[in-house]
Amino acid sequence: MALLSRKGTLFMLFLFSIFLLSASASNGSGEEEEEEFWEELLLKPLPDRKVLSHFHFQNEAPLSDSFARHHHLFPKSIAQLVKKFHIKAMELSFTQGRWNYERWGGFDPISSHNAKPPGVELWAVFDVPPHQVDASWKDLTHALSGLFCASINFLESSTTYSAPKWTFQSALGSLRYGTLPREAVCTENLTPWLKLLPCRDKAGLSALMDRPSIYKSFYHSQRLHLTQAKTGADPKNSRVVLEQTLTVVLQPNILTGGTNYVSEAKMQPSWSLSSIFGRKINVERGLVTQLENLQSSTATFAANGTNLDDFGRNVGFELSVNPDRVLKEVEKSSSILYEYPIKVHKDSEQFDLGITWKHPVIWSTPHAPLYASRFLMGSGNERGAIAICMKSTESTQGLVAANYVDQRCNFQVNVLQIVPWYIKVYYHTLQLFVDEKPQVLTDFVERMRVSPSEDKVSPGLMELVLKLPCEVKSAVLNIEFDKGFLHIDEYPPDANQGFDIPSAIISFPDFNAGLQFSDNSISKTPMLSKLQERSPVISYTEVLLVPLTTPDFSMPYNVITITCTVFALYFGSLLNALRRRVGEEERCLNDKGNTQLFQFLHPKTQVT
Amino acid sequence: MTKKKKVQWFWMWVIGSVTLRLILVYFPRNLNLSSRPEVSTPLTSLRRLAEGYWLKRSSMSPYAGSMYHGSPLLLTFLGPLTVTRIEGQPDQLLCSLVFVIADVISATLIRAAGRSLQAAYSSSLKVIGLHQLSETSEVLPSGDFAALVYLWNPFTIIACVGLSTSAIENLVVVLSLYGACKRLASLAAFGWVLATHLSLYPSILIIPVILLLGYGPDAPPRKLFQQRIKLEVGNSSSIGSNNLKEELKDQSSVLKVFAWRLVVHFFIWILLWSSYVLVLCGIYLQKHGGLQELYRRTYGFILTIPDLSPNIGVLWYFFAEVFDFFRSFFLMVFHGNILLMIMPLALRLNHRPCFLAFVYIVISSLLKSYPSVGDSALYLGLLGLFSYELKDIRFSFLLFAGYVGVSLLSPVMHNLWIWRGTGNANFYYATAIAYALFQVALVIECVNCMLNHDRMVTKLTTTKLKDAKS
Repeated sequence: MALLSRKGTLFMLFLFSIFLLSASASNGSGEEEEEEFWEELLLKPLPDRKVLSHFHFQNEAPLSDSFARHHHLFPKSIAQLVKKFHIKAMELSFTQGRWNYERWGGFDPISSHNAKPPGVELWAVFDVPPHQVDASWKDLTHALSGLFCASINFLESSTTYSAPKWTFQSALGSLRYGTLPREAVCTENLTPWLKLLPCRDKAGLSALMDRPSIYKSFYHSQRLHLTQAKTGADPKNSRVVLEQTLTVVLQPNILTGGTNYVSEAKMQPSWSLSSIFGRKINVERGLVTQLENLQSSTATFAANGTNLDDFGRNVGFELSVNPDRVLKEVEKSSSILYEYPIKVHKDSEQFDLGITWKHPVIWSTPHAPLYASRFLMGSGNERGAIAICMKSTESTQGLVAANYVDQRCNFQVNVLQIVPWYIKVYYHTLQLFVDEKPQVLTDFVERMRVSPSEDKVSPGLMELVLKLPCEVKSAVLNIEFDKGFLHIDEYPPDANQGFDIPSAIISFPDFNAGLQFSDNSISKTPMLSKLQERSPVISYTEVLLVPLTTPDFSMPYNVITITCTVFALYFGSLLNALRRRVGEEERCLNDKGNTQLFQFLHPKTQVT
Repeated sequence: MTKKKKVQWFWMWVIGSVTLRLILVYFPRNLNLSSRPEVSTPLTSLRRLAEGYWLKRSSMSPYAGSMYHGSPLLLTFLGPLTVTRIEGQPDQLLCSLVFVIADVISATLIRAAGRSLQAAYSSSLKVIGLHQLSETSEVLPSGDFAALVYLWNPFTIIACVGLSTSAIENLVVVLSLYGACKRLASLAAFGWVLATHLSLYPSILIIPVILLLGYGPDAPPRKLFQQRIKLEVGNSSSIGSNNLKEELKDQSSVLKVFAWRLVVHFFIWILLWSSYVLVLCGIYLQKHGGLQELYRRTYGFILTIPDLSPNIGVLWYFFAEVFDFFRSFFLMVFHGNILLMIMPLALRLNHRPCFLAFVYIVISSLLKSYPSVGDSALYLGLLGLFSYELKDIRFSFLLFAGYVGVSLLSPVMHNLWIWRGTGNANFYYATAIAYALFQVALVIECVNCMLNHDRMVTKLTTTKLKDAKS
């Protein structure tokens, strides 16, 4: 058995900025059979005095003959899933809280990849013939449900998943997508997720995951992303890449000892790893034999375009550990990434990175081209309308200012909206308002795909490809619906709370969320390459809560008996009316009357 | 002279009702009738039709998405009208105009049918020797009366202004009855085929239509004619007037014999029309599953009641509450209830096919899966045709008050439940139950009254016969 060797890196980025750590391990039994593992942590102060920490674990295994039979590092359970259900790609995320696109940004890889809708989101691409995709999906949901202690098996029902075509690039027909907005995410989901790591949370970066500090965070999203990377033409060469990320937005405990010439309220809070997580990275434990530190930071005094030389003087903070390397983002914002490979800190007992702010700094994170929000209109429980409102941000304004002045400039917006069947959407009522003026749909909608919902069978799905002019101020999509009425058994236990409409997905394929660092030459860790990867900007809208009318749940017996009584009344009396023979009855009555009269007159005679 | 005046007076009222409708059409936003559950059921809602038309235009099946459940013919006919907007006019103006026209046509057809019914009835009363009755039956022009009841019935007006396609369904039903009254087999077959195609329930009207074609319009029981003819023949032979004899024989042959030829024609026409309609539908739905899809989405939707949104019937709440494993049983019971009553009614009322049709329409609108006020509008209009026979109806004030009360209370309860959230579903269900009870009472009272009327006629003729014999 080959000894496991490990490399580790730690990154840090500031002011739109990072701090990150990674460790990678591989078994050395030959080039072909290599399994690799990296772990990295990215820390980023957010403008609203919060800190984003983003754990990134990447596990790679070749798709060889022994795949799903024996692994050194790669989790066997996931390998078996991949093998059994022929998964080409898959993503599962558990999220609590809502990503604040306005404050935390929407134009960087972190928000595009890791800002997820609340609850559970799952999509998977299968490598099976089209007619088997649904069956594979159903089996997969059950397997994942068992694996992650979550009610993912509710996605099995055809009313909860759908097959979007344009929103995810890797689609090609065999993609299935489903969400459970109301799933409560807790530590019971984190533990099985950690189990997939080689050392669980006993060693390495995952040792930092202090449960109380994670679950008191403003937003946390644990995500599992599975892809197959092909290295050559030979399918045997392809590798399965398992990417596990945990993104947490925390409010750091304020460290005392900051400068006192500005009021504390205006200062960004100073923090360190130990103050955020209550733990330090213990270098000597576990498999982590080498630590490497990399610190890089980015100062964004975005307005006055500070360069790196100025940066040393102007930056308003101090780092407790010197970075190994500094990377500067060049394209969008002047953010800086400090890199800390942990292997450098070989002998240092504990690694505790901290930041101390010197003077108040105000900055903002770059926003997505359009800031999307979604809301319900109308009152009462009969009908309503969904409105998706997209407002322009500084990114689109910059676009206009850029080199498109002479010719007409457009950019593409993809909208994916999935509604459950009990929200009966009238697709012919779709309206588009651009800059608050109603517009003809065909002027702006390039393509549209609707698969209407079918009662108790499938949800409704609407995909729109909009072409909006760059100088657009706002665009509002508005669509009307009727609220459905369900059978009493179909209501969830707390029926009066309402029903959730899953988030709409707004993506901007013309914009690249990836970061461009100044020197691309140096060897990249998986997270760095992930940050630099070209990918569309994606944002999710809010989950909507629709109250539906409820019948009286205590009434079934009463309703059955009363209704049946009415129909019995109808049937009985109508039949009686038809059957009656008034003539005979009268004759009978007359006869009776006569006999009685007779008896009355002659009481002693017998009537025969 | 008086007749001309009467005619003018009738058309004045018709024009008045049309103006009222047009005035109401111009305030659709204030009234918002088209979204009322009493008016637009999943089957009759024009909004769903517009959705179906939109789906069809974007090259999908109009039945995709459980929205539209009507006929493809209605879609081709009304669909283009739903998307054409005229500047400065209400959105669905053209559709409203179509419904107004449909209402007026149904009213004139009801009037024409009523006139021929009345003429036939008074002449048949004369034949059995009840000249006095025959004269009194002509005092009230029941055709005009029925047409005006249909036009001015608030239910009809609401259904018309509320853009419910039931106006067209009613039109084809009336067309079929009119064709049968006038003994036009092709027209009757056309109406019947279209009515069945549009809403399934009028298919039971095939029995009254056949009886109408076979025996002619409503008349007193046939037994009376035979008795009368025997007597007359006996009398006339003693008198020896040959002419009268011949005449009577002609009459007897007309009254007695079932017109098989007409009925056979009717069936041939049914075959022709239905194959025509089916071929048209088949062409329309060629790419979207064909006729099988059509049947599944229209008749299947009517019979299995999957949509549980509230309406003025009671079945929506019943099937929202009933335990799932009883569902199919109760579906069979409720639809069986309609079918079970067909035979007894046909046997008892076979000499009055038009009244039989009326009773069938009441029963089906009482028991149908998605009833709306448009159905009530139809039978309340037809009720006017029998104003002479049903003049002695009991509880008429109670019934009238009940209809008014329910139609006032039902929107209030709906508002309390759906919009304010202060009431619950039982409030609305209670009004639906009351409405069902009043309908039950109405149909039973009508049948009772008609049978009593028959008894009265029988009694009078038998006493007359006895007098004549003695």
